[in-house]
Amino acid sequence: MKAKIHVTLKQGILDPQGKAIEQALATLGYTSVRNVRVGKYFELDLNEKDKAKAEVEVKSMCEKLLANTIIEEYWFELSS
Amino acid sequence: MNFGVVVFPGSNCDHDCVHLLRDVLGQAVREVWHKETSLDGLDAVILPGGFSYGDYLRTGAIARFSPVMGAVNQFAHEGGLVLGICNGFQILLEAGLLPGAMLRNQTLTFICKDVHVRVENAGTPFTGRCESGQVLKLPIAHADGNYYTDPVTLAALQANAQIVFRYCTPDGKVTPEANPNGSLDNIAGIRNAEGNVLGLMPHPERCAEEVLGTDDGRLILLSMLDALKQSKVQPAVVR
Repeated sequence: MKAKIHVTLKQGILDPQGKAIEQALATLGYTSVRNVRVGKYFELDLNEKDKAKAEVEVKSMCEKLLANTIIEEYWFELSS
Repeated sequence: MNFGVVVFPGSNCDHDCVHLLRDVLGQAVREVWHKETSLDGLDAVILPGGFSYGDYLRTGAIARFSPVMGAVNQFAHEGGLVLGICNGFQILLEAGLLPGAMLRNQTLTFICKDVHVRVENAGTPFTGRCESGQVLKLPIAHADGNYYTDPVTLAALQANAQIVFRYCTPDGKVTPEANPNGSLDNIAGIRNAEGNVLGLMPHPERCAEEVLGTDDGRLILLSMLDALKQSKVQPAVVR
């Protein structure tokens, strides 16, 4: 099972990197861009065939280490 | 007194802490490697600044799972004095020993300069030598010092006098301009509800001798010494 995990700052928390990138894009002429959010992307292989079990395990990893849920939110996809 | 200074891979202010405690203040110091699991015999523990584990993932996120952190957690829950400086503060946040989290500085830059902080609570074991409202000049050096917490936790911090230091102007005014990194409510340092754990972004260990330009940082360590001496006389007070 392969997991693709995304972590970004929660909506409502100022993302200074996103703001800086948004300004840079505007400078390049991409003036329609709004709400740039910068995040992290993880890919990992799990030695687990049961999707339900994999989901529980990845959620636990996100809660414990990969995301700080005070400031960040996460979501993931699983594929075999 | 017996101080412990925890050394993580990537700590870089550990020697400054040891120098201050041993050579300047004449205390016994044990450097505690992050793989150790006992803090027996120590009166206080310092988590120093640096870039533990390269600050990979998030500042302090991996260090908090170091073997030594189990012992630090226990030490803190038993009432032992724990001081987290800069990266040490970030580790205490990730470990849940202090509430909140650190965001990237609003400027997106690493900031290394002297700042002023106002002592908001002089009644802690870390600030007994200070007056309430006293302004200290201390250096900061970080990229992630933009303190954040949810509104409910912030209200609790304010209500319980857990905000110990706030960034201010040289004459003690807490203004947005005096805030170097965008931290919520100009927070530079907080303590836990019980009062025995303190985290702060500025570096008191870098400014505890006059030859270094300011010795304001010494007040924080001397306050800890006072509190520890008092707790030896009346053990129930701190431990």
